[in-house]
Amino acid sequence: MSRLLVEGLWKGYGRQPVLRGVDLDVPAGSLTSVLGLSGCGKTTLLRVVAGFERAERGKVGLGGRTLDDGRTFVAPERRGIGYVPQEGALFPHLSVARNVGFGLSRDERRSGVVDELLEMVGIAALGDRLPHQLSGGEQQRVALARALARKPQALLLDEPFSSLDAALRTRVREEVHTLLRERGVTTVLVTHDQEEALSLADSVAVLRDGRIVQQGSPADLYERPVDERLARFLGAVNVLYASFLGERAQTPLGPLPVSSGAPLGDGAGAVMLRPEQLEVRPQGEGEGVPGRVEECRYYGHDALLQIRAGDEPGELLLARVTGAEALPKGTPVRVRARGAVTPLS
Amino acid sequence: MSSYVPAEQLSQRIGHAWSGRRRWPVVMLAGGAIAAGLVMLPLVFVVVQAHQSGWDHVRSLLLRHETAVLLWNTVRLAVACTLLCAVLGVAAAWLVQRTDVPLRRVWAVLLVLPLGIPDFVVAFGWVSIAPGLHGYLAAVMIMTLSLYPLVYLPVAAAMANLDAGLHDAARSLGLSPWAAFRRVTLRQVRPAVLGGCLLVTLALLAEYGAFEILQYQTFTVQIFTEFKLGFDAAAACALSLVLVVISVAVLAGELALGGSRRTFRSGPGARRMASRVRLGRGRVPSLFALFALASLALGVPVGSLVYWIVHGGSSTLPPASILAALGHTALYSAAAAVLATLLAVPVCALSLRHRNRLTILIERISYLPMALPGLVVALGLVAFTVRYAFSLYQSALELIVAYAILFLPLAVVGVRSAMTQASPRFEELGRSLGQGPMRVFARVTLPLIAPGLAAAFALVFISSATELTATLLLRPTGVDTLATRFWTYTTNFSYGEAAPYAGLMVLLSSVPAFLLGRRMRVVPSGRSEA
Repeated sequence: MSRLLVEGLWKGYGRQPVLRGVDLDVPAGSLTSVLGLSGCGKTTLLRVVAGFERAERGKVGLGGRTLDDGRTFVAPERRGIGYVPQEGALFPHLSVARNVGFGLSRDERRSGVVDELLEMVGIAALGDRLPHQLSGGEQQRVALARALARKPQALLLDEPFSSLDAALRTRVREEVHTLLRERGVTTVLVTHDQEEALSLADSVAVLRDGRIVQQGSPADLYERPVDERLARFLGAVNVLYASFLGERAQTPLGPLPVSSGAPLGDGAGAVMLRPEQLEVRPQGEGEGVPGRVEECRYYGHDALLQIRAGDEPGELLLARVTGAEALPKGTPVRVRARGAVTPLS
Repeated sequence: MSSYVPAEQLSQRIGHAWSGRRRWPVVMLAGGAIAAGLVMLPLVFVVVQAHQSGWDHVRSLLLRHETAVLLWNTVRLAVACTLLCAVLGVAAAWLVQRTDVPLRRVWAVLLVLPLGIPDFVVAFGWVSIAPGLHGYLAAVMIMTLSLYPLVYLPVAAAMANLDAGLHDAARSLGLSPWAAFRRVTLRQVRPAVLGGCLLVTLALLAEYGAFEILQYQTFTVQIFTEFKLGFDAAAACALSLVLVVISVAVLAGELALGGSRRTFRSGPGARRMASRVRLGRGRVPSLFALFALASLALGVPVGSLVYWIVHGGSSTLPPASILAALGHTALYSAAAAVLATLLAVPVCALSLRHRNRLTILIERISYLPMALPGLVVALGLVAFTVRYAFSLYQSALELIVAYAILFLPLAVVGVRSAMTQASPRFEELGRSLGQGPMRVFARVTLPLIAPGLAAAFALVFISSATELTATLLLRPTGVDTLATRFWTYTTNFSYGEAAPYAGLMVLLSSVPAFLLGRRMRVVPSGRSEA
C-alpha cells in the first residue's frame, strides 16, 4: 500500500480560492479523516487528489509517484485511486453487478471477481438489481465494492455515510471500517461529523478556510486542540482563565497540571478542560471547589450538568457524568478536575 | 484582498491559454467545429452572393418602395400574430392547468395537436373551403390559429410546475385573485411566454407556403418569388440579408426582455400541488371558448382534409407516387435527424463539460438557425454548391444537410436538456474506475442521454418531414416528397389530389408530437378542489 502526500495545495474556482496551501499526509494503509464544516473545501481536496480537477499550485503524490505538480498531470483513470462519492452515485443505467464490474476487463468480470466483491460487502443476492431498487445503505455498499474492484492504491470516501439514517449509519460505518482495515487500503474519509472522524480514523486532519489547521491522532486533537475554535468544534469544552507558574496553571478550580507539549512561560491565558474531566460529587461526599447544579440534561447513558462553582459570582462549568451520577437541579456539590488542562492560543 | 492569482488566469495572461486545462477531447472539438461550420456556411454564401452582384445593385433593390411595403406587411403581421398567440396561449394554458374547467385532459391533448399540422396545410384547409380568404386579416387569423401552441405548450408546462405556495402567500398578503395571477403566476411563467412568442415571430418571418396560399406578400414570399420565378439570385440574397437582420433583432429583443432568465424556487421545502381556481358561472363560457379554439385550430384544417380526401376525386390517384413521396420524405427526414443529432452531441458535450469561450461560441452558433429562415439556408447552400461543389447541387445530400442545419437548434435543445440531467459526476467516476474519456462517453454518457437523443431525433424528423420552402428549392431533380407533391397539386387548385399528401404528412408528424406533449407532462394531474 502507498502513502498519499499532499503538499502546499492551492485550488480555487474563478477568483475565489478554496484551498490555500493544504498539507496532508496519509500514511500507507491508514485511514485518515479530513474533518471540516460544509464549504471548507473538503470535496475540492478530494477532487484534486482523484484528478477530476487540476491543482493550481502544490503537489499530489501517491507511493512516491507524482500525480500532479503543475508540470506532470496523471489522468484520473491512471491514478489507481478509488472514489466513493456522496450518495454513492451508482450508474443508473447499469445493474449492481455491472456497476461493480465497470472498471474491470471482460476476462476479470467473468472470473467471478464481481460475485466475490458483492459477497464481501454483504449483498451477494442483489447483483441483478438496478440502483433505484436498492436502499441507501445497499447503494453505499455497491459504491464501495465498485471502487475496490480495481484494487486501488488509495481510496477516497466523500461523506459516504451522511445520507444514511442514524441507526444504519453506525452499522454501515462499522462494516466499512472493518473491511478497509482487513484490506489495509490507504483511505481518506471526508466528513463533517466529528464523532465519525474521531471514532473511525487513525489520524484526523481538520480543514478550515482552505488550510489544514491540525492533523494528529483523534486523542491528540480532542485533548490538545491548537485553538479554542477547534476545541469547540470537536466537542463541548470549559474555557477557564489561568495564570501559569512553571508546569502548573492556577485556575478557579485550583492549581492543575498543564498538558505536555506546549512550552510555557510565566503569565496568564486561557486553558481548556473537557466536561468529562470534571468530577462532581454531592457536597460532603467529595473534595474540590464548592458549587451548585444549575441545570441537568439527562441523556440516559450520560448526563450533562451545568454547575456554578467557586467564589462569587462563580464560574459556569459543564460536566459530563454517567447517567447514574446525574444530580437534580439545585444540589450543592463539590467539583474537582482530573488530568491536565490544555492551554489555548 | 489577498495577492492570490489563480494559476488558470496567470497562464492565460502569459499566453498559454490552455496549458492548465484538461486535455482537449479532439473528436468532440472536431464535431463541434463541423456543426458550427455547417451553420455558418449558408449565411456566409448569402453574403458572398449579394456582394458579387455589387452593393450598388443591392442598395437600389433595398431602397425600392416595394421593400418598404414588404417590411410593413411583415412587421404588422408579426406583431399582431405574436400578441394574439400570447393571449390565446396563456389564457388556454391557464384554463387547462389552473382551473376546474371540464374535460381538461381532452383539451390538454387537442390544444397541442395543431403543432403537428404544417402552417401551409392549415392555410390550405381554410382556403380550399373558403376561397375568399385572402390578405392581412385572413393571414393574421390563420397564422394565429396555427402557431398559438408554440406559446401554449411551454406556458402550460411552466404552469404545471408552478409552486402553489407562492400564489397562496400572495393571497394571504392581501392580493385579489386577479392581482395574484398578474403579479405572481404571470411573472413566474414570463420566460415561457417570451420564449413561445419568440418562436411564433421567427416562424412567421420564415413562413412561405401559407402566405403564398393566402396571397399575402411578406419578405420571405418576395425572396422566393425573386429566386424561383425571377431567377435573380443576387436580389434574393440581398433581401435575405434584411430578413436575417430582422430575425436576429427579434432574438436579441427576446434576450433583452429577459426571456432566458430562469425562475428559481427559493428555499427548500416540498413543492405543493396547487389547488385549482373554481370558475363558477364562468365554467360554461370557458368550456365554450376552448371548444371554439380547438374547432377552429384543429377541426377546420382536419375536417377540410378529410372532406377533400373523401370527396375530392383522389381515387384517381396512382398509389405508387404517394408511396414514393412518402419514402423520400421518410428517408430524407430520418437521415437529417440522424445527422442533426450527431452534430448536437459534440456541441452540447463541449459547452457543458469543457466550458470556455470557444465552446460557448460554438453553442451560440448552433442556435443561430433559429433566426435563419429555411429559404435563407437553402439560398446559401445553392450559392455554395453552384460555385464549389456543383455535383452536390440539388442532390439528396444537399437537402439532408439543409434540414440538419435548419433544425440543429431543436436537436441541441433535446440533447442539452438530457446532458444537463446526466451529472458529470458519473463521468468522473467512470474515469476513476480506469476508463479513458472516450470509453466513459460511450459507456456512461451515451446511455444516460439516450432519451434526449430520441427526443432530438423525433423533433428534427417531424420538422424535416413537414418542411416546404427549402425542399422546393433543393430537392433532387425529378424527386418528389410529400410536401412538394402537395404543393404542386395545391398551386394547381387540385385540392382533392393534394389532400392525401397533407393527410400523410400530418399523420407522420402528429404521432411524435403527441408523444412529446406527453413527455413534457402538460397533461394535467391532480384533483380539483371541488
